[in-house]
Amino acid sequence: MHLYNLTLQPPTAAAQAIVGNFSGARTQEIIISHGTRLELLRPDVQTGKLSTVIASDVFGSIRSLAAFRLTGSTKDYAIVGSDSGRIIILDYDPKSSSFVKLHQETFGKSGARRIVPGQYLATDPKGRSVMISAVEKAKLVYILNRDAAANLTISSPLEAHKNNAIIHHIVGLDVGFENPLFAALEVDYSESDQDPTGEAFNNAEKMLTYYELDLGLNHVVRKWSESTDPRANLLVQVPGGQVASTDRFDGPSGVLVCCEDHIIYRHMDRRQHRVPIPRRQHPLEDRQRGVIIVTAVMHKMKGAFFFLLQSEDGDLFKVTIDHEEDEVKALKIKYFDTVPVASSLCILKSGFLFVASEFGNHYLYQFQKLGDDDNEPEFSSTSYPGTGMANPTLALPHAHFRPRPLDNLALADETESLDPIIDSKVMNLLPNSDTPQIFTACGRGARSSFRTLRHGLDVEESVSSELPGIPNAVWTTKRREDDEFDTYIILSFVNGTLVLSIGETIEEVQDTGILSSAPTLAVQQIGADALLQVHPQGIRHILADHRVNQWSAPQGKTIVTATTNKRQVVVALSSAELVYFELDLDGQLNEYQDRKAMGSTITALSIAEVPEGRQRTPYLAVGCEDQTVRIVSLDPESTLETISLQALTAPPSTICIADMLDASINKTQPTMFVNIGLQNGVLLRTVLDPINGQLTDTRTRFLGNRPVRLVRVQIQGNPAILALSSRSWLNYTHQNLMHFTPLIFDNLDYAWSFSAELSPEGLIGIAGSVLRIFQIPKLGMKLKQDSIPLSLTPRRFISHPKNRHFYLIEGDHRVLGDEAANKRLQVMMQAGQHVDQEMLDLPPEIFGRPKAAAGNWASAIRIIDPVEGRTVSTITLDNNEAAFSLAFVPFAARNNELHLVVGTAQDTLLSPRSCTSGFLRTYRFTEDGVGLELLHKTETDDVPLAVLGFQGRLVAGVGKALRIYEIGKKKLLRKAENKTFSTAIVSLNTQGSRIIVGDMQESIHFAVYKAPENRLLIFADDTQPRWIAAVTMVDYNTVAASDRFGNIFVNRLDAKVSDQVDDDPTGAGILHEKGILMGAPHKTNMLCHFHVGDLVTSIHKVSLVAGGREVLLYTGIHGTIGILVPFVSKEDVDFISTLEQHMRTEQGSLVGRDHLSWRGYYVPVKAVVDGDLCETYARLPGSKQSAIAGELDRTVGEVLKKLEQLRVTASGF
Amino acid sequence: MSSELRYTANTQLEHLHARYTGTGHADLTKYDWITHQHRDTLTSIVGHPSLLSYLALADGEAIGRTKFEMTERMLQPCGPPPKKDED
Repeated sequence: MHLYNLTLQPPTAAAQAIVGNFSGARTQEIIISHGTRLELLRPDVQTGKLSTVIASDVFGSIRSLAAFRLTGSTKDYAIVGSDSGRIIILDYDPKSSSFVKLHQETFGKSGARRIVPGQYLATDPKGRSVMISAVEKAKLVYILNRDAAANLTISSPLEAHKNNAIIHHIVGLDVGFENPLFAALEVDYSESDQDPTGEAFNNAEKMLTYYELDLGLNHVVRKWSESTDPRANLLVQVPGGQVASTDRFDGPSGVLVCCEDHIIYRHMDRRQHRVPIPRRQHPLEDRQRGVIIVTAVMHKMKGAFFFLLQSEDGDLFKVTIDHEEDEVKALKIKYFDTVPVASSLCILKSGFLFVASEFGNHYLYQFQKLGDDDNEPEFSSTSYPGTGMANPTLALPHAHFRPRPLDNLALADETESLDPIIDSKVMNLLPNSDTPQIFTACGRGARSSFRTLRHGLDVEESVSSELPGIPNAVWTTKRREDDEFDTYIILSFVNGTLVLSIGETIEEVQDTGILSSAPTLAVQQIGADALLQVHPQGIRHILADHRVNQWSAPQGKTIVTATTNKRQVVVALSSAELVYFELDLDGQLNEYQDRKAMGSTITALSIAEVPEGRQRTPYLAVGCEDQTVRIVSLDPESTLETISLQALTAPPSTICIADMLDASINKTQPTMFVNIGLQNGVLLRTVLDPINGQLTDTRTRFLGNRPVRLVRVQIQGNPAILALSSRSWLNYTHQNLMHFTPLIFDNLDYAWSFSAELSPEGLIGIAGSVLRIFQIPKLGMKLKQDSIPLSLTPRRFISHPKNRHFYLIEGDHRVLGDEAANKRLQVMMQAGQHVDQEMLDLPPEIFGRPKAAAGNWASAIRIIDPVEGRTVSTITLDNNEAAFSLAFVPFAARNNELHLVVGTAQDTLLSPRSCTSGFLRTYRFTEDGVGLELLHKTETDDVPLAVLGFQGRLVAGVGKALRIYEIGKKKLLRKAENKTFSTAIVSLNTQGSRIIVGDMQESIHFAVYKAPENRLLIFADDTQPRWIAAVTMVDYNTVAASDRFGNIFVNRLDAKVSDQVDDDPTGAGILHEKGILMGAPHKTNMLCHFHVGDLVTSIHKVSLVAGGREVLLYTGIHGTIGILVPFVSKEDVDFISTLEQHMRTEQGSLVGRDHLSWRGYYVPVKAVVDGDLCETYARLPGSKQSAIAGELDRTVGEVLKKLEQLRVTASGF
Repeated sequence: MSSELRYTANTQLEHLHARYTGTGHADLTKYDWITHQHRDTLTSIVGHPSLLSYLALADGEAIGRTKFEMTERMLQPCGPPPKKDED
């Protein structure tokens, strides 16, 4: 087996985000690290919308990111710390729209190691140096400067190591133009490692240490080190330094040390200030639990600065510092607003706050005010004794605030993110769909959602109106060349034409000069201010003063089809003749003296738009009934001479020539594409060589089961093609590459561009007798998402085999269930304590739920109707039980009646895994599966993490034991057991009497149930330990699985062993066979292995296109959706692997990670080709493309075609 | 091996151990070994965003909190060291 890995939806989780002027222009941009991918976003200041400028895979794991600007420069660079053992400085080049690696300095081994820097980055605010640090010991300082040619230079590293020190955070201090200073939060473990009494551990101090880079001596010294709060976790830079012109200080300099429950202002030899982090006074809160700050941002304005700190509940606090010169007078904190918990906050100068959520959608907020004059209580260090530091070891009294809806911020934009995908299913459930949908359970806590993903572009409809009849075509046109918007909508019916004018309202008009008594074949705004109508009997050239010049078709002949542009008109007569007209310089339409006989009925014609600054387009494409397309010259030298011919497999129904940019073919100039739609629903796309008129590089695609119709339209100012068949598709250029995506919209019969004041970039279409005007809001999105809110983190879901409902279990750790919460409230009320109802009523999807101690769970079973998109019912679990697994079981003892078995556990603790009791809850379906009736609960001794229906019984993985249960009257009855699994069973799959068991740490075991002897036996396992995350059976002997470290692999059992086991009726043979390597007697072979870079949470074997091959689709926790496509031939394998090898040398990773070692992170990559890398071939410069193609003995077109074909045939994407 | 060579080899080894924290040697105690293992593992969790998300999700904590507690645990991941024998 050889697989081809393709990412359909790249990860959307934001591990970190930074803001800066990366393009060097005045606008600020945001760079997000998606873990293995960098994306540059540009917010539109006017509309407050975010748009992606570029996104690129880095083929490495990004651990830290920092923006950096040289002194006096206007452009920011991005510094990247990754697992490559290298520091990388990236520059965004707006010309080529790509990240350029400026510097790559190696300092250590690759991998996320303890003492190899890359985990933390800190930059000097004046842009002179950067510190990169490891989690332990190692810190390196690089000096950055510019050379004579103003290029960025980087020095060799200076060490600031400290042995035996664990580093929590580092930050660059703002010291103006004095020597750069970095602060680090460190803990020394050498003493606690030596002290058996544990006293040293208890007394271990967390040190705030300053490292000074002496620019004169080129040397780093430890300048100052003092202990701070032992629960400090984060440092924030405080502005400082003097303005050169005045003597005023920008700020006091120093750092904010964010600790559990406190914020401390700290600077060398200065007074400390401490304030408490305000808390919510929730009746159910755990008062012992501290609050920490998870992310912070500092913002400088003219002469002032403030901080926004976010707590782990999502509350934003505004922190300000009162200072006189460089002396801090007071540190103040107040509640600001509540937004989703972020991994990074970015404040833009234009007054926006970007919240890169740690889970779920990302948000852009606009500042309404800065919370300056409101009634929110403010806590100042001056109101505590000794500015809060009278007794640093004692906590300050709790400060409280009341959370409230957004006041200072207003939501401006939302970016959809699937992160985290916890479980998924791929099925075709929606009506009128020929491709399957991906159903995903995403998100966490009260912001979780169940999303339906459909392949296609989202369409926003603005007008839908019924027409008197069924038109067969629609056009819009301007009146004059320089009009901004369209004036008329022209509808052609079988026996007439209707003209509507676009104004405040859309209404019918008569006096346009357009013939209304005949159908129309084409409408064109021609010349400077004239209109042209082609109808079966002739052509009407309507001048600005409403005079009409007519050309009539010869006696007994009619016009069958026509094509037009601003200066040229070609019509085809029923006698298979072509007539050519061209506009002369006086605005007169002149017929070319000769007509050309084609010999076969003409079915389609097309000419391109007139190129800028030219008189005419030189080529005409003619499609004939005899299954050919001919390119005919329109050049004055050789007018109407046939240049080239292309044979087709069916008669063409439509042709469309369009000049579109596709960087994989030509980086700078649009390419002229001839798109040919056939009667049988196939679309051919060929490239027309502008020099010799030859057609090359033909690509085919099946669109649907109706004859294709093609329309040239404008999408966001660029030419695009709408292809209409039984589905509508859009072919457009996005980020310089060509995309071909279906529209999620009703079938259209005809369509055209539509531009009016309200909808400047719309489209108009007809579907039956309905006229519809619509827009395509987000180009580049390949999956449309529809979501249903969930109330708790989803865990797993399954699809009912008959009623098509989904049964989903959800649960949250450290959250009180409804029952437990009510009980606690009742106790409080009985004790006469005040219960703040307002706090209890806060919507959890915005404010979250109060955190409870470990071991508390809220959990529920939810029934979802995916077609209607709603929750049908919810069953909440009581007794602090949490659901971990579920399965449908047709119990043979109950006439194969389908039951739902849910594995739950009470008072579960995760580490070490324990519970007071596990349960198997057996439910009967009521009301056709809309309701559930609990039959009984069966106690188990451990958490049942996996359950499955098996031969009319239940097989359950309960901790280390695999058991088979039969249904009984009051309980499930244990029938067989095997307790030899090593850690815990997390997944079960079955086929026949074989059970595939996934162990939490020990990979996959093949077990078999021998009914005659009632034995459960393990007969094969893996040679490697694997922390299994998801498993699926590829066939009877083969499994595909993923582990927690981002690997995906395929294991296969020897067919001989498989037969031997199946032939053994009692299993005695297996029982007495000798184990190998302290495990089962047989071992599986690893066939394929690949490091995805995202933790794969589910794998499915599905076919994504109707009649297409089956592929392995996987989802990742960071929102990745990818596929593994099996290669069909050895030639393909050789070809693509060779291409991959070349790409590895040509296209280095942006973070400097060696591609082969990245894809073979834990185990060498085996028999899997990285399609994402191969597809970057399209972005290579032309010379490199042809060099690689030459090595492969192909042309560039052939290589690109092969890559596209692999993607399209496997996924349709 | 001459005594002189052994001497230089040892200092080199010691130097290497000081330089590359976490490298094992023949006389490593069980406690040291397991502590190194845990510290390496915790770093790896903190350094891989997807693994950190996974653990935060399972535990119902914010990623920032999980990261902080993991780093805190590096100080003494396996409890205090065993008492040294009196000899």
